[in-house]
Amino acid sequence: MKIQTCLLATVLLWPATIMQAADALPSPYPYSEPAWSPYVVGFLIGFLVLSTLWLAGKKIGASSAYSDAAGMIGRLVAPRHIASLPYYQKSKPMIGWTLTIVLGAILGSFIAAWTGGELTGSYLQEMWVDRFGADSSLLRAFVALLGGALMAYGARMAGGCTSGHGISGTLQLAVSSWIAVICFFIGGIAAAMLIYRI
Amino acid sequence: MKTVSNPRSVETENVHKDRSVQMRDTDSKQSTSENWNWLGASPGKLAAGLVFGVIFGFLLQKGGVAKFDILIGVLLLENFVVVKVMLTAIIVGMIGSYGLRRMGVIELQINETKYGANVIGGLIFGVGFGLLAYCPGTNAAAVGQGNLDALVGVVGLLFGSYIYALNSKFGSGTVSRWGKRGKLTLPEVFGISPGLFIAIAAPVLIGMLILLEIAGY
Repeated sequence: MKIQTCLLATVLLWPATIMQAADALPSPYPYSEPAWSPYVVGFLIGFLVLSTLWLAGKKIGASSAYSDAAGMIGRLVAPRHIASLPYYQKSKPMIGWTLTIVLGAILGSFIAAWTGGELTGSYLQEMWVDRFGADSSLLRAFVALLGGALMAYGARMAGGCTSGHGISGTLQLAVSSWIAVICFFIGGIAAAMLIYRI
Repeated sequence: MKTVSNPRSVETENVHKDRSVQMRDTDSKQSTSENWNWLGASPGKLAAGLVFGVIFGFLLQKGGVAKFDILIGVLLLENFVVVKVMLTAIIVGMIGSYGLRRMGVIELQINETKYGANVIGGLIFGVGFGLLAYCPGTNAAAVGQGNLDALVGVVGLLFGSYIYALNSKFGSGTVSRWGKRGKLTLPEVFGISPGLFIAIAAPVLIGMLILLEIAGY
């Protein structure tokens, strides 16, 4: 309960933290262009999800990789504590399908960026710097940490993320996935508008 | 559901289907994590996962959806690359998975509908997405392309997952039990056949993409 109160307080305080720094973002913003047409990429991702369903009998997901990884780190540090948590008793943290998907995705993206000359190596991204300035490293760390934590918590509650629900679930016409993905966007639009445009 | 070699991998197969569903039957038989396996699937399947993952990450990066501004851009309703990628994938996958199901080569693999958990979990996820700018899959792609802030995102994702697991100790909450409807699909809700639903939905989604192009996005 204490942790929840803490989290809630941080969420409520975050707009205040952000308001101090902000510069107006250029409008319209000069967005970068993707290397390939989004339609080609979308077609191939659709085809990829069909292939995994057919050949491996599995969906493509991502978020549960992080909960497995967190559980496995826990198993190394405090095995008995992890074994006492009902969530991990039900879905034992092991090296599984989704974890290999996520590890593969890191490698695949590296190959794509490397071959396309798009490797960044930057900590603060351009759009963030335009808004919060080049000296906002600590703010970015805080926001990214909080964002990641909320996202993982929400994904576990909703039963998946933008991959598992947003693509694999929606294309199988699951009601849970369509509700979840609509809520992803409602929450995301509200947060992004507050952070970048207001 | 093939290549099942031992009882433990049966267990993991189920775990992956719907993790949150299984939270409620808490028949906590006190197992110690020392005797849990480290491998959750056969090495062959894990290798296949790695290969599919490499393709997935490659496509995400080439599609530009590992980029900070493109991901924030969709949430500001200014850049629609993400929508184009997602809708195209959904249209192709919707028609393809229906065909493959008719052929009997794949089964439906969806999560239970739980209005409370789907809505509230979804909104929490969304706020986190707006803050981090990368979602769990594209965060991996962002790490691969060298966005160092995505590494902080990884730490946050690990932390949030642990908090969720820790929270499961204090009961799974009423929210997650509210509005449970089982494995529901959209055609069932509308009371029409999946084939008819797709025959209507595919042109509608294609129409949305055409409208986006006409509007100049």
